[in-house]
Amino acid sequence: MKFSIYRYNPEKDEKPYMQDYDVELQPSDRMLLDAIIRIKETDDSLGLRKSCREGVCGSDGMNINGRNGLACITPIKDLKEPVVLRPLPGLPVIRDLIVDMTQFFKQYNSVKPYLINDTPAPQKERLQSPEDREELNGLYECVLCACCSTSCPSFWWNPDKFVGPAALLQAYRFIADTRDEAISERLDNLEDPYRLFRCHSIMNCVAACPKGLNPTEAIGKIKEQMIKRMV
Amino acid sequence: MGHSGKPIPNAGSGGDAVVNRIAVGAHYGLKDWLVQRVSAIVMAVYSVGFAVCVLPRMPYGFDSWRALFAPAWSKIAALLFIAALLVHAWIGVRDIFMDYIKPMGVRLTLQIGVILALLVYGLWAITILWSF
Repeated sequence: MKFSIYRYNPEKDEKPYMQDYDVELQPSDRMLLDAIIRIKETDDSLGLRKSCREGVCGSDGMNINGRNGLACITPIKDLKEPVVLRPLPGLPVIRDLIVDMTQFFKQYNSVKPYLINDTPAPQKERLQSPEDREELNGLYECVLCACCSTSCPSFWWNPDKFVGPAALLQAYRFIADTRDEAISERLDNLEDPYRLFRCHSIMNCVAACPKGLNPTEAIGKIKEQMIKRMV
Repeated sequence: MGHSGKPIPNAGSGGDAVVNRIAVGAHYGLKDWLVQRVSAIVMAVYSVGFAVCVLPRMPYGFDSWRALFAPAWSKIAALLFIAALLVHAWIGVRDIFMDYIKPMGVRLTLQIGVILALLVYGLWAITILWSF
């Protein structure tokens, strides 16, 4: 199987280049990550992040034939050759397919992705009705792989100011949580022409999400909450 | 999808010394977002209504155009459409400037230029409409 992979080692290379590989796959190689590991058997200088190899850790997000996705849950049989692999767009490249996620996690951090509740905790646990719990479906499953935020032009142009789809999905995850008491502060934090309103609902994030989540819908619901408190 | 990953030399060697001091929190945006939706609806309704009124009676001569814009309600409807168009255009163009024009002075100058141009268009439209 033919591959064309983005290579860049800042210690050796003047600038990035694409390297071609032709690798023989074994019948057990079913996902793209299996193929990349085959490549690494012949060229161990190729750098990438990987861990759980089952789409849960979110480490191996990369640009696969022009679309962002997780290598470990992308079936080889669906890929057109040569398979072009590049690092996630819009973030600084550390080496080969490894990008610097600092900016991404700074934005994630900025939405306070944890439950804020100053009421003393009850003896057992803070209960939710099944309907309230239902609200969190499609929000909590995010693995923070950054495939969505790095497919978003608004995040490319303003990664320091626009929160980005991944962190906005997480912001709504806590806005929607009936156990959270900081909804007003959370909405205040996002009511900003850059932080929230750089989103123009082009839905690249929905197309990219390897977990099938819908950040655009969550962003719409944040706006709905803002309108609700305004009118 | 365009690839814009920029290689950074010496990455990973502790580039966190510079603290990110980008200020956000202008606390506007919701109303603009809402106005853009509402103005889009106004324009859509007028466009469809206009097409329904005008298209079946094509071709239009000078007298029929004049007659179309003669009643006060027709002038006001057209003015409402133009106002929606100008507001919609302002928010859209400002958003584009926010994305692509980074130097503050240049952006502010362009924004003021656009506001002035849109105001002139609005006044121009009023003089045209009320000259019938």
